[in-house]
Amino acid sequence: MSGPILEVRNLRTYLKTVRGTAWAVDGVNFTVEAGKTRAIVGESGCGKSITALSIMQLLPEPAGFVDSGQVLLDGKDLLDLTWNQMRDYRGRDLAMIFQEPMTSLNPVFTIGNQVAESVIAHGGTKAHGRTRALELLDRVGIEDPHRVLRQYPHELSGGMRQRVMIAIALANNPKVLIADEPTTALDVTVQAQILSLMREIQTEMGMAILLITHDLGVVAEMADDVSVMYAGMVMEDAPVREIFHNPQHPYTRDLLESLPSRQSRGKDLAVIEGSVPSATHWPKGCRYANRCRFRIDACEAAVPPLFVRGASEARCIRLDEIAEKGNTAATRIPGESGKGVVA
Amino acid sequence: MSNGLLQNLESNAIPLLVVALLVWIFLRSRTQALWAEAYRRLRRNKLAMAAVVLLTFAGTVALLDSLSWKSTNSAQSRTVLDQIFGRADERTYSAPMGSQTQELNPRRVASIHLLGTDSVGKDVLYQVLKGFRTAFIIGGFACLIAVPIALFFGMAAGFFGGFLDDVVQFFYTVFGSIPDILLIIALVLMLGKNLLSICFALGFTSWIPLCRLIRGETLKHRDREYVRAAKALGVATPRILAKHILPNLLPAIIISVTLLFSQLVLYESILAYLGVGVGSDTGSWGNMIDAARDELTRDPAVWWPLVSAASALLVLVLSLNILADALRDAIDPRLRTE
Amino acid sequence: MTRYFVRRFLYMIPILIGVSLLTFALFFLIFSPETMARRNLSAKNPTPKMIQQWVASHGYDKPTGELFKRHMVSMLTFDFGISDKTKEPIMDRIEAGALPSLELGALSFGFTLLVGLGLAIVVAYLRGTYIDTVTMGMAVLFLSIPIVVYVIGIQFFFGKMLRYGPLAGYESGWASLKFMILPVLVSIASGAGYYVRLYRTFLLDETSQDYVRTARAKGVRENIVLYKHVLKNAMIPVITTTVAAIPSLILGNLVLESFFGIPGLGNYLVNAIHSLDFAVVRVMVYLGAFLYIVGLLITDVLYAALDPRVRLS
Repeated sequence: MSGPILEVRNLRTYLKTVRGTAWAVDGVNFTVEAGKTRAIVGESGCGKSITALSIMQLLPEPAGFVDSGQVLLDGKDLLDLTWNQMRDYRGRDLAMIFQEPMTSLNPVFTIGNQVAESVIAHGGTKAHGRTRALELLDRVGIEDPHRVLRQYPHELSGGMRQRVMIAIALANNPKVLIADEPTTALDVTVQAQILSLMREIQTEMGMAILLITHDLGVVAEMADDVSVMYAGMVMEDAPVREIFHNPQHPYTRDLLESLPSRQSRGKDLAVIEGSVPSATHWPKGCRYANRCRFRIDACEAAVPPLFVRGASEARCIRLDEIAEKGNTAATRIPGESGKGVVA
Repeated sequence: MSNGLLQNLESNAIPLLVVALLVWIFLRSRTQALWAEAYRRLRRNKLAMAAVVLLTFAGTVALLDSLSWKSTNSAQSRTVLDQIFGRADERTYSAPMGSQTQELNPRRVASIHLLGTDSVGKDVLYQVLKGFRTAFIIGGFACLIAVPIALFFGMAAGFFGGFLDDVVQFFYTVFGSIPDILLIIALVLMLGKNLLSICFALGFTSWIPLCRLIRGETLKHRDREYVRAAKALGVATPRILAKHILPNLLPAIIISVTLLFSQLVLYESILAYLGVGVGSDTGSWGNMIDAARDELTRDPAVWWPLVSAASALLVLVLSLNILADALRDAIDPRLRTE
Repeated sequence: MTRYFVRRFLYMIPILIGVSLLTFALFFLIFSPETMARRNLSAKNPTPKMIQQWVASHGYDKPTGELFKRHMVSMLTFDFGISDKTKEPIMDRIEAGALPSLELGALSFGFTLLVGLGLAIVVAYLRGTYIDTVTMGMAVLFLSIPIVVYVIGIQFFFGKMLRYGPLAGYESGWASLKFMILPVLVSIASGAGYYVRLYRTFLLDETSQDYVRTARAKGVRENIVLYKHVLKNAMIPVITTTVAAIPSLILGNLVLESFFGIPGLGNYLVNAIHSLDFAVVRVMVYLGAFLYIVGLLITDVLYAALDPRVRLS
C-alpha cells in the first residue's frame, strides 16, 4: 500500500446563485485508504454532498464549478482531465451511489437494462452485461435476480432499489465507492442491512468507501476515519475512535452532546444555538465562532489553521484550553443509547 | 358637460368599478408573503416590467374609450378617446401623416391623420386605438365566463373524485371533442354578430383546458397534509376548498388566464376573417386586418391599416405572453429551467 | 396491455353517444326547422306554405323523438344523407375532400412539429447560451402574430415581391405539392414557436432529473445519455401533447384551407356554414368529434406503450 487511493487537496468549489457566489467547498483536504472507510459528517448545507459531486465532477449544471485544488486517484489528478477522459473513470474506478434510489433510477427502463448499462458503458458486450447484471443482483442480496432483471424501478421497495444502485456501482470493480447519504431515505432495519452489505463487499473487494452522512450512528458503524465538515471547511479530521472518545473541536463536542442518551433522559435536549452563516458571505474568521461557547475575539480575526493533536487535527485556536477544561460528552458513542443524529 | 356625465353614469360606472377592483386586489395581495415575494422577483425582470408598462398603457386607452358622455351640441355620446383622437372622415385613402382636408388649418397636429386613412376615409390611428377596448372586453369578459365554470367543475372533479369526477371528465371530453371554431360559429350565428355574443361564445368554449388544469392542480393539493389536517379538525368542506385549496390554485390560474387572454385576442382576428367577427360597427383589429386583405395588391400598396392594426395586436399579445412567462418564473422559480 | 386498449376503446362508445346527443341538441333544438327553412329559402319573405314545403321535403317535420332516433342512427352508422342546400350526398363530398385535407394537415402539422422539436433539442443542448435566448425570444415574437397576418403577408411577399406562384388553389396528384408550400410555411411560422417552448421545457425537465446524474456517474457517453435517457422520457409528454393537439388541427386546417382555397373538408365546412347548410354542418361537427376521440384513444395507447408505470397499474 503506497499511500491513500484517493486524496483531496485544497478543493474549492463554488455555486452561482441569485444572491451571489456561494463557496460551498472552501479548502477541503482528506485522504481515503484502500479497503478503509472515511466518513464526511456534517449538517445539511455544510458542503459534504458538493464535495462528493466535485470529486466525480457531476456538479449541478449550470451553476456549479470547481475552482481549484486537486483530486488524486492513485496519484492521477482527476481535475486535469477532459470530460471524456473523466468519463472513463466514472463507473469504473470511481463509483457513486445517491440518496434517493427512486429518482436515481430511470423509470422507463428495466433494472436489468440499467445494471447492464454500467458494464456496456465501459466496453462490455450486451451478453456480458446481462450475465454480470445477474451476478451483481445476486451479490447484493436480491432474492430472485431473474425476475428483478425484468422489473421496473417503481415495482421495487426502497431497500431493493438501493441494492440495485449498489449493484450498478460495483459493476466494474471500482477502487473507490462514494456513497452520498445512502441510507437516509430508508427504514432503520433496511439501513442496517444495506450498511452491512457495503461492509461485506468492502472486505471482499478491498474497496475504499467515502461515506457522506449526517448520521453519527452510521459513522460509528462504518467509518475508520472521520472528517467533520461545517460551513464548507473541515473542522476536525480524526480516526473514528478519537472522534467519539476524544473530540477536539468545539463543534464536534457540541454535536455529540446534542445526541439524546440515557444520561440525558428527562432533561431538555442540548441544542446548538444560532445558525450557519450564509454561504455567500462567509465571515472573516472561524465560521463556527458565532455559535461556539469557547469563542474569544481572536477567533473572529482569521480562519484558524488545522492543528495536530495526537491522531486528530482540528481547526481551532483554543484546543489545549478546551481539552483541559474537560467535557462529559467525550465518552458517549451513539448506538449504545439510541440513534445518534446530527440535525 | 357635467350634465351629460351624470346621464351616462351607469355606463361609465362599470369600467371605473372594474379598475377600482383591480387596484384593490393588487394592493391587498401585496401584504401577503407569497405575492410580495413574487412581485419583488417580477420587478427584477426588466422585460416583464416593460410588458407591464405596455399593458397599463393599453388598459388606459381602453379605459379612455369606455368613459363617454353626450356633449350639449351633439346627439351621440362621445368617449374620451373620441374627443382626443376623433377626426373628420376623408373620402378615401390617404397616406400616413396626411392632413385633414376639412380643417381650416392643415398644419396643426390635431388635424393630421397620423397613420393615414382607410378605404372609406376613416382615420387609422383612431381605429387602432378603438381596437384596444374591444380586445380588452373580449379577453376580459370571456375569461370572466370561462373561469368560474372551469373552477366549479375542476375543483368538484378533483376534490370529490369518484363518480363526480367521471361525470365531469365525460362532460368535458364530449364538449371538448367538438372543434371550438364550429361551436363559436354556431353560437355567433345564433346570438348575432355583436361583441357580447362573441364574448359568450368564446367564454363557453374556453373553459375546458382551464378545467383540466384546475382539476389536476386540485388533485395535487387534495392529498397534502394541511388538507388532511383541516379535515381531521372538522373543518367544513366548502371552507377547506375556499381557504386551503383555492389559494394554491391561484398561481396556475393567473398564468393560464393571462395566456388565454392573449389567445382570445388573436382569435378575434381569425373570427373576423371567417365572417363571424364583432360586426363592422365596432372597431376591432380583426376587422381592420380583414378589410386590409385586398389592399396590399393595389398599386401603390396600401399597407398602413394592416401594419398598424397588426402591430397593435402584436404589442398587446406579446406583452401578455412575456408577462405570463415572467409570472411563471416569479411565482415558482422551481419551474424555471435556468 | 390489450386489456387496457379494450377498456379505452369501450370508453369511446358512451362518448360517441354523448357527442351525437350534443350535436343533436345544438342543431335540432336550438335551430327550429322553421328558422332553417327561412334561412335556406332564397325568397325574401317566404310564405308559410313555402316554409312547410321546405321542412317536409327535408324531413324536418317529424316529431322530435323521431328526429332524434334518425339522427342517432345515421351518425352511428355513418350514413350521412344529403345536403340541405345542394341535395348531393354528403359522403361523396367528404370522400373528395378528405385527401386534400389530409395532405395539408399531415404536411403542415408534421413540418411544424419537426421544426419545433428540432429547435427545442438544439436549444436545450445549448441551454443558457446566446443562441438559446435569441431563439426563445423569436419564438415568443412569432407566436404573438395572428395567423391572418402571416397569410396576408406571405401571399403579398411571394406574390407581389417574388412573383412566385401559386398563391392559392389546388390540383390533384403530385402537382398538389406546390400548392402546399405556402400553407405549410404559414403553419410553421405561426405554430413552431409554441412547440419549441413546450418541448424545450420537457427536455430541460428531463436533463435535471436524478437518473441522468446516475447515468453520467456510470460513465455513460453523453450522447447516449441524451438519446437514451433524456429523449425517451421526454417523448412521453411530447407525444401526449402532440396527439392531444390534433383536434386543433381542424381549426388550423379550416383557416388555412379557406385562406389558400384548398378544397378540403375544412373549406367544405366553412362554405356550409356561410350558406347555412345545416345538414352538412351537423355531419362535419360529428365527424370532427369522432376523429378527436380516436385521437384520444391513440394517445392513451401510446402513453401506455411508452411508460411502464402506466402499463402496469
